[in-house]
Amino acid sequence: MSTATVSTSNKLARRPFVAELLKHRDGALVVPGLGSATWDCFAAGDSPEYLYSWGGMGLAASTALGLAMARPDKRVLCLTGDGEMMMGIGSLAVIADQAPQNLALLVLDNERFGETGRQKGLTSTRADLCAVAKGFGIAQTMLVTEQAQVKDLAQFLFKTPGPVFAVAKIALSEDPWSLPEKDGVTIAHRFRVALGIEKA
Amino acid sequence: MTTQSIDWSSEILAAMKAREITTLCTIPDGGLTRLINLVSDDSDMRLVTLSTEEEGMGVVTGQWLGGKKSMIAMQSSGVGNCINALGLPSALRAPCLMLVTMRGQWGEFNPWQVAMGQGTRPALEAVGVRCFPVDKQAEIGETFAAAADFAFNSRLSAAVLVSQRVIGAKGFGQK
Repeated sequence: MSTATVSTSNKLARRPFVAELLKHRDGALVVPGLGSATWDCFAAGDSPEYLYSWGGMGLAASTALGLAMARPDKRVLCLTGDGEMMMGIGSLAVIADQAPQNLALLVLDNERFGETGRQKGLTSTRADLCAVAKGFGIAQTMLVTEQAQVKDLAQFLFKTPGPVFAVAKIALSEDPWSLPEKDGVTIAHRFRVALGIEKA
Repeated sequence: MTTQSIDWSSEILAAMKAREITTLCTIPDGGLTRLINLVSDDSDMRLVTLSTEEEGMGVVTGQWLGGKKSMIAMQSSGVGNCINALGLPSALRAPCLMLVTMRGQWGEFNPWQVAMGQGTRPALEAVGVRCFPVDKQAEIGETFAAAADFAFNSRLSAAVLVSQRVIGAKGFGQK
């Protein structure tokens, strides 16, 4: 009997959790990882300041780093899943080294590869992402397990001098499909228009 | 290490500055040492040391989204790490400029370098990266400038492949 799809003890419901969190973003740019993190952002309400992703697994954190370096005047949030973060885990060392004060990361950790059949991921047993982030030199970390922590989390992600790193332990859930624009040229164009880099 | 009878690293730095390419992401190679030191010592430039080369595709794409130009320098073995990641700038039509010093070709001592060295250009071209090979020191600066203009004007990926014939094969103490 496979244990690959047993439920976790995590309580957070991802869609209302992300929607409530993003209400507090206060103009922050959001770089969601591919898959569920991107669907969650779109479900919370479309914005040109969301850089939706449909690929490039492992690159959300490094993309957010580049953006944060280019735009020190803007807060940048990387919002990604546990599998996506694991694939780019070394990026946390690069972020600690560059130390952008305007960069925050939040891992939506359901301990599963959600898009491919909910196979167990490496955070389901012993891997502790906050400990990894600390070990790489990101001093400020936060673990979130309750919806009531969302305001504290928002303060941490959007106001605390970065780089900061948080993990939210989210439940497995069946959420309706919420698919944003998938043409990368369109996504990049409207993002750069929102930043005043390109004309509409 | 072969000395640079022509200071192509300074030529590349000048070409970067002329184009406002202000960040260099890298996993180092011996042949890149001078350029990396020049960038590191220049207060107008920013050096980003990576943990693996594909992170460079994320950083340069993020920088371009935010209105800044940057590039990546690596050894050819690192190109293999970048193949899926090159889909990111490609999908967003973001420019991705790569400077690659070759291994596994001219006079290679280490057989473990050969497979990726031979596969570097075909692998890059298979995912749509325009390659600019160069095997003379005198032509590195101008080739880099041409590749940079191609990448940023066309918003495409371009790789300058600097031959091991120019850099010199790593000798591992052999005579």
